[in-house]
Amino acid sequence: MIKGGAGAVFGLGSLEVLRLLGTSSLRQNPADCKATDVSAHDKTFVISNWPLYIDPDSKKNPSTLQTFEQTTGIKVSYTDDVNDNEEFFAKVKNQLGSCQSTQRDMFVLTDWMAARMIDVGWIQPLDPAKVPNLHANIIDSLAKPSWDPQRRYSAPWQSGLTGLAYNKKYLKKPVKAYGELLSRQDLHGKVTMLTELRDTMGLIMLSQGADPANFTDHQWQKAMDAVTKATNDGQIRRFTGNDYVQDLSAGNVLACEAWSGDIANAGDPNLVFVPPEEGLMIWADNMLVPNLATRKSNAEAWINYYYDPVVAARLADYNQYICPVKGAQKAMEKIDPGNVDNPLIFPTPETLATTHRFMALQEYQTREYERQFSDVTGV
Amino acid sequence: MARPGRNRYTGYLLLAPGALWLAAFFVIPFYSLVSASLFDPNGSVLTGYKMTFHVANFATVIRVYHSELFRSLWYAGLATLICLVIGYVLAYAIAFKGGRWRNLLLVLVIAPFFTSFLLRTLSWKLILSDHGFVVSTLQNLHLIGSNQHLLNTWFAVVAGIVYNFLPFMVLPLYASLEKIDGRLVEAANDLYASPFTAFFKVTWPLSLPGVVAGTLLTFIPSAGDYINQTLLGSPGGRMVGNVIQSLFTTTQDYAGAGALSVILMVVIIGLVLVYIRKAGTEELI
Repeated sequence: MIKGGAGAVFGLGSLEVLRLLGTSSLRQNPADCKATDVSAHDKTFVISNWPLYIDPDSKKNPSTLQTFEQTTGIKVSYTDDVNDNEEFFAKVKNQLGSCQSTQRDMFVLTDWMAARMIDVGWIQPLDPAKVPNLHANIIDSLAKPSWDPQRRYSAPWQSGLTGLAYNKKYLKKPVKAYGELLSRQDLHGKVTMLTELRDTMGLIMLSQGADPANFTDHQWQKAMDAVTKATNDGQIRRFTGNDYVQDLSAGNVLACEAWSGDIANAGDPNLVFVPPEEGLMIWADNMLVPNLATRKSNAEAWINYYYDPVVAARLADYNQYICPVKGAQKAMEKIDPGNVDNPLIFPTPETLATTHRFMALQEYQTREYERQFSDVTGV
Repeated sequence: MARPGRNRYTGYLLLAPGALWLAAFFVIPFYSLVSASLFDPNGSVLTGYKMTFHVANFATVIRVYHSELFRSLWYAGLATLICLVIGYVLAYAIAFKGGRWRNLLLVLVIAPFFTSFLLRTLSWKLILSDHGFVVSTLQNLHLIGSNQHLLNTWFAVVAGIVYNFLPFMVLPLYASLEKIDGRLVEAANDLYASPFTAFFKVTWPLSLPGVVAGTLLTFIPSAGDYINQTLLGSPGGRMVGNVIQSLFTTTQDYAGAGALSVILMVVIIGLVLVYIRKAGTEELI
């Protein structure tokens, strides 16, 4: 009797405890989650960026980061701990969603994730007077994104293209079209694609004749069916983040979806980047100052510094990604004449005409699409 | 008079650190997990999830992810069996034939732990790579086709699990084998038992506690493992751990991730109970 009673009390008590649990909204107001700026006496700056995204220190030529530290006296703590937008979101959402500090003054995220974070109020507006270079020098194609039309909250770090790559040591017949990744029998089990939904699904839709910037549910489903079939058949070996380069270099993968700068940076002359016949996806990664960042002025000094054409040209010369700064092409003449006409850094209007952006998704679409995509990719 | 009182409280005091630890890191997360499994699936991380006792979550995830669940149990079972075969032979050799090298051999079993788990798993990518020694040898022997590969297949995943969890099998097996009185086997031989009969009638039954402990220590973590599948597997061969991880971090479907975790837990507890019953070793756990 007593035992049964205790069990019932325990059971009912547990149900009551469960009822209290739940998660609250993560929306914040940046005006209420603002820290006092201590930049004046705290000459430090903490940034999280993607791997292989900044010129390394070398004995002969100081890196752009070293020059920044020397000219401003600000000590930079640079960490390359952003490997995936969703993963980084998961890492900071508890702090930012409850108005707590992430201990970072800046992080760098891709357009759609930057848009989402600005939308939920996690990002501090920049002071236009402190980033004059940004507003004077940003290239026209990046100046007015729909989600931040005046670049009040964000500044592109680099922009880039998503296309194809292959290893010419192991693959004698080059890939030309993205559709070949899904159809060519000699590539069976030797293909990787990226875990970025917008890149991968965008390119598949392009190969099926749909427009990634404006597609219907039916077109999405058709692209989803194609990638599901290729995955189940074993045509696609894996979906990857930045780590596809090692597999491509080792010959485990013969051809893959790739980011333009990675291939140029890999240091393996056998790797070739190919703009697919169907067109390329274009994106930008954006510098953002999160709520409660205590050294916002230092962060703004950093943005202003990297929008100097000479600095931007030095960075792009290493990165091989699209440089977001006007005048950098001219500055490149002195730094590395070989890269002045590099279409991956300074794409011509003709190249830009073949690039595509992914449609802005409603929150409910994002969830449904991401669920379907992650059920296939396994990440 | 103070003595019995002091003794009474000493027991609770000694229990306190462990109890606090369990409360903080088991009981509270457990309630949070069960409540997540009953969240209203229409919520989202950004807008918040409401706890509505939405039991249908369980049916939904079983319908969508039952094949991943079965695959996990199958991989974990296969890996446990392979671990048992390899581990038993190894533990037996160390316990009975190790002689003065015993301790050194035991250290060698644990030695891989001195390197990070992640690095050891990544090194399997090199061993099994498409142009590596193993694959090209197997191809030359025509054991696998010239177009086939091992990396990113179920084979690589099971191999990775076996490798990573083998010490958890070997150590309990060794502990129970080492305690066996050698004279019992001698007695069996004296009574005209063949070496096989002596093994199956004497050694094997006496080593059962180690077998049960070893298989549990291997099976339970490998059923929930997702690192081996992430690094060595293919997207078509996901295990349930991968699904839970991606539901939680990528899709941020807390309701689905919670429901699937609860199901995995219940299934494993159920299997373990049946197993212990069958093995007849309740008193050993």
